[in-house]
Amino acid sequence: MKLPQLSVFLENRPGSLLEPLQVLAAADINLVSISLADTEQFGILRLVLKDWEFAKSVLEKDGWVVNVTDVVAVDVDDQPGGLVKMLAVLAEAGINIEYMYAFALRRNVKAVLLFRFEDPDAAIEVLEQAGIGVIQEEELY
Amino acid sequence: MHHELWNDAAGGFHPVSAPDFLPEAQLREVQLRRLKAVVGRAYEKVPLFRQRLEKRGLTPESMQSLADIAKLPFTVKTDLRDTYPFGLFASPMADVVRLHASSGTTGKPIVVAYTREDVEVWAEVMTRTFAACGLHRGDIVQNAFGYGLFTGGLGAHYGAETLGATVIPISGGNTDRQIMVLRDFGVTAICATPSYFMHLAEKAMEMGVDLKAMPLRVGVFGAEPWSDAMRARIEADTGIKAFDIYGLSEIIGPGVASECSQHEGLHVFEDHFYPEIIDPETGEVLPDGSEGELVLTTLSKKAMPMIRYRTRDITAILPERCGCGRTIRRIRRIGRRSDDMFIIRGVNVYPSQVEAALLNVEGTLPHYQILLTREQGLDQMTVEVEVTPEVFSDKVRALEEVRARLAHAIEHILGIRVGLRLVGPHSIQRSEGKAKRVIDKRNG
Repeated sequence: MKLPQLSVFLENRPGSLLEPLQVLAAADINLVSISLADTEQFGILRLVLKDWEFAKSVLEKDGWVVNVTDVVAVDVDDQPGGLVKMLAVLAEAGINIEYMYAFALRRNVKAVLLFRFEDPDAAIEVLEQAGIGVIQEEELY
Repeated sequence: MHHELWNDAAGGFHPVSAPDFLPEAQLREVQLRRLKAVVGRAYEKVPLFRQRLEKRGLTPESMQSLADIAKLPFTVKTDLRDTYPFGLFASPMADVVRLHASSGTTGKPIVVAYTREDVEVWAEVMTRTFAACGLHRGDIVQNAFGYGLFTGGLGAHYGAETLGATVIPISGGNTDRQIMVLRDFGVTAICATPSYFMHLAEKAMEMGVDLKAMPLRVGVFGAEPWSDAMRARIEADTGIKAFDIYGLSEIIGPGVASECSQHEGLHVFEDHFYPEIIDPETGEVLPDGSEGELVLTTLSKKAMPMIRYRTRDITAILPERCGCGRTIRRIRRIGRRSDDMFIIRGVNVYPSQVEAALLNVEGTLPHYQILLTREQGLDQMTVEVEVTPEVFSDKVRALEEVRARLAHAIEHILGIRVGLRLVGPHSIQRSEGKAKRVIDKRNG
């Protein structure tokens, strides 16, 4: 299932990561995952969280540029070749990955990979057909 | 060899400089005669000008004294844009021997035209410019103004050649080659934008070439404003005398005004270009000595007469007689403009051009700021653009693409390289709700 991910534009300067997170903390919002893509000039902060709509409005009210996109959370077999198997399924089906990052789901102590696909619906279909678990929203939050 | 031929009333002057020293009454007579002729020509040949005169109930016969010029309507830069490309020409194309173009306020350039007579007048005023800078036959002039649509290169070329000097038409750029030519050809004078010459001088120093040990003695600098501090530095570092010259394509190109040996303001070649100073808010003519916007009328232009053209340059006409003996009046060096145009590497840039490019790419106008800096003697322009929700993406590549598209759009319109930085929303300071568009740190 698709999960909404918030992206926030950051300038590449000291303190720029701190500020939006302070805004979220002040609104009592907890994060499920966080990732930061950076270039020489700017960064993109990517967040997955339960109350994403509330978080988005809180950030925007504080003047941040926020964008919502769907990502897919995949539970990868925690054994050698687990990720390879999954990627092979995607490659076979011609599914393009825009980017991905990993985080640990504390509750069940397992690794979750978050994928940004060009076509998330097609990706989910291919993965489910191959018997690879796509994590549902309820399991994450 | 210490050689200075000062071209002044006391030390003698080149015959071409004679109009610089006309008795005042005679100068005013020449001006009035030419004013009547040029207003008549524009009235007859340029529909826009004729309409404007008719609206005010004026005819060329309304010009009975020089003071009557104040009755005439102004011409502004947007008139050139609105009549693009040839709408203000007063000569048929068969009589036009040259076209030049410079950047306009939006995407389109403005086009200027010259008849054979205009080209001759241009050569004459540039000859008078070089003579006022102390050049003469026998000088070897490295002309590093750009040749092409820009008026600098060819304008200086014809003037130096007419003076009888040896011209090296090297044009701008390729600094290593400039230094080689400067060193090997016995160059005695150089024409360039002051910022480019500073860059060249720094590069020469790095290469171990000592400009002070060379025959180079005069720099003729123009096409961008430069400070007295910059002049002092150039003269101390390179041992040359640095002269400021002034001109604009709409009027003729370089050759509108020039410094002389005194370096106390620039003499306007006012037998060809009639200067007025106006209050930029009210348009009212101000007396000599007051600061205001410079307005110029081309008294002898044939292909494209400009009547009361608003230059947007802020200066004052200096009423005192100059120590060099010239009777033509001087303007103070230009320090600022009444609009926010700026000049970078000899190119006129309006924030509105940058806005047009940003608007083109984004659909709406984002907040932006233009930063001008000087790095190793070369001017750099960086545009900071606030990211909007419309262009923001979670993908680095998509955002890099936006950045590149914005940079290319601006470069396409301006024809120069610019840096482009995406910045966070509200990161550009606003005062009274409006952002300051241009931050110029070049002479800081």
